[in-house]
Amino acid sequence: MKTPLSAWDKVQISRHVQRPRTLDYIRVLCEDYFEFHGDRRFADDAAIVAGVGRIDGQSVVIIGHQKGRDTRENMRRNFGMPKPEGYRKAMRLFHHAEKFALPVICLIDTPGADPSMESESRGQGNAIAENILIMAQLRTPIVSLVIGEGGSGGALAIGVTDRILMLEHSVYSVAAPEASAAILWRDSSKAPDAAKTMRITAQDLKDMNIIDAIIPEPEGGAHNDADATIRRAGVAIMHNIDALNALPTSVLLDQRYQKYRVMGAIKTMPTNQSSNGEPLSFL
Amino acid sequence: MKELFRRAPKAFTPGEQTRDQGTPDNMWVKCPSCGDLTYHKQLRDNLKVCKCGHHMRLSAVEWQGLFDSESFTEEDGDIAPLDPLNFVSPKDNYAQKLRDSQLQTGLYDAMISGYASIMGQALQVTITEFDFIGGSMGSVFGEKIARAAERAYERRVPLLTINASGGARMHEGVLALMQLPKVNLTLARLGTIGMPHISLMTDPCYGGVLASYASVADIIIAEPGARIGFAGRRVIEQTIRQKLPANFQSAEFMLEHGMIDMVVPRNDLRSTLGRLFKLYTMRDADASPLPADV
Repeated sequence: MKTPLSAWDKVQISRHVQRPRTLDYIRVLCEDYFEFHGDRRFADDAAIVAGVGRIDGQSVVIIGHQKGRDTRENMRRNFGMPKPEGYRKAMRLFHHAEKFALPVICLIDTPGADPSMESESRGQGNAIAENILIMAQLRTPIVSLVIGEGGSGGALAIGVTDRILMLEHSVYSVAAPEASAAILWRDSSKAPDAAKTMRITAQDLKDMNIIDAIIPEPEGGAHNDADATIRRAGVAIMHNIDALNALPTSVLLDQRYQKYRVMGAIKTMPTNQSSNGEPLSFL
Repeated sequence: MKELFRRAPKAFTPGEQTRDQGTPDNMWVKCPSCGDLTYHKQLRDNLKVCKCGHHMRLSAVEWQGLFDSESFTEEDGDIAPLDPLNFVSPKDNYAQKLRDSQLQTGLYDAMISGYASIMGQALQVTITEFDFIGGSMGSVFGEKIARAAERAYERRVPLLTINASGGARMHEGVLALMQLPKVNLTLARLGTIGMPHISLMTDPCYGGVLASYASVADIIIAEPGARIGFAGRRVIEQTIRQKLPANFQSAEFMLEHGMIDMVVPRNDLRSTLGRLFKLYTMRDADASPLPADV
C-alpha cells in the first residue's frame, strides 16, 4: 500500500523541474509545427508559446504556458507568468484558429499572471478578460489540458474550453497556494494548508464537476515517463477534438455556454426584501 | 477645481442606509482622505463626496438612489450562497463568515441586482456590496450578473454594473474562478443584440471583476480616485521590492494608460449615464435594434 499523495505533494509534483512542459508536448505530439511570435502590438512574451502544428494528420493551433528548467530560461520565460502581450499573442492565435477553422489545444502551466507595474500599465486584467470573452464565442473546438499548475486568471486566460482535462497530479486553483494563504491568512508559509483547504487537485475538480477527465500519470509523476504521459494525453486530447469536430458550430457554442452557465454553488431562500431594518432569519 | 468645493446640485438622493445612522457615533463622518469631519446629513446631501473631493464608498442600497425614483425593483434576491469546499481553517470558517456578513448587511451575498430606469431609460442593473466580504465574487455574485445579462438580453435593454470588489471569493475556490467565464459568456450573448454594457468602477475594482466583466464593458466609467487593478498593490510591491508611485492604479492612471473611457464625479453620474444610454437606445427615429447575430 502506498500512502496517498497530499494536495501539497501534488503541488510539488506539478512544479517538478523535470515535469514535461508545453514545448515537450509539441515535440512529442506534432508531426510538424511552427511557433509564431508576438502580439503585433507591443512584444513577444516567452511565457506563452503559440503556434500551428499537425497531430494525427489534423492541423491544430497549440497555445501553452512555458516555464523554464534553469534560472536563465526561467528569467526569460518569467517563470511561466504571462504579461498582457502574452495573452494578446494567444488572442491573435484564437482569431487565427477561427479564421482557418482549426481546433485549438491549450496547455495550462502557470503560477498566475505576471504581477508587475508594467503588466498593470498595459492592462493585465483587460487582457485576461478579453481572452475569456473571445474563447466564450470562438467558432471552433477548443480543448485544454492542465499539465502542471493552473493558477487563477492567469490560467483561465487560455482555459475557457469545450473540454477541460487535467493530468493526475496537476492542480488548478483560484490563486496559487502561497497567494491564497497570503490573502486569507496573511501568511504565505501556510501554503500547504491552503492547498488542502481549497481543493485544488484534479480529483477535487472532477468531484466538483468542473473538469471532464483526468489523465493518469506514472508513479511519482509525469517526469518519470514523460513521453508515455504525453502520448496518453495526446490521445485523449485528439479523441475530444474529433468528437467536438463532429458538432455543428451552433451546438458547440450552446454546449460551451451551458457548460459554464451551471458552474457555481448556490441555493434559493425566501426573497430578502431589503438590506434595511432588522436582520432576517438566515437558516 | 473650483466646482469641487461648491455645494453640488442634488443629482440623486442616496437610498436609505444599510445600518442605523443617526446614532450619536456617526453623526459626524471622518473623511479617510483628508481627515476632516463632516456632518452626516450634509455628507449625504453631497452624495458622500467630501469637500476635499474624496468619493466615499456607497453601500449597494445607497447606490439605488442613482435610479429614477421608485424605479428600482430587486430581482434574484432569493439566491443564497453555499459552502462548497466546507471551508474551515484554524483562522477562519466560511459558513460563519457568511452568517456574520449576512447579519451585518441583511444580504445573502455581495450583490443586489434588478431593473430600474435612469432618466426614463429602462435598464438591468447589478450593484456590489463591498461590506460583504470585500465585495468578493463568488457563485451568487456570478449567478446574479449572469441572470442580469440574460434578462437584459431577453428584455432588450442595456446593462449597468456598479462595481466595488477585491476580487474572487477565495473561500469558494475554483468555483469562484469559474464565475469569470460564466459571466463573460452571458455578456457575449448580450453583445449580439447591440445592447451596451456600461461598467461603473468605484473604489476598489481588483482581480476577478477586472479580469472578467468589468474591464470588457462597452463603456467603462470610473469614479475619481477609484483604485483599479489586476494584482494588488502589496503583491506588486513585494514582487518588485520597491514602493509604487502614489497614483499607480488610480482611475486617473488607468485613464492615462488607455484602460477606461472616462472619470466622472459622482454628481455628474446620473446625467452622464442617462445621456449615454440614449445614444445607444435611440440611434435613429425608428430606434430599431440591430438584428441578432450580425
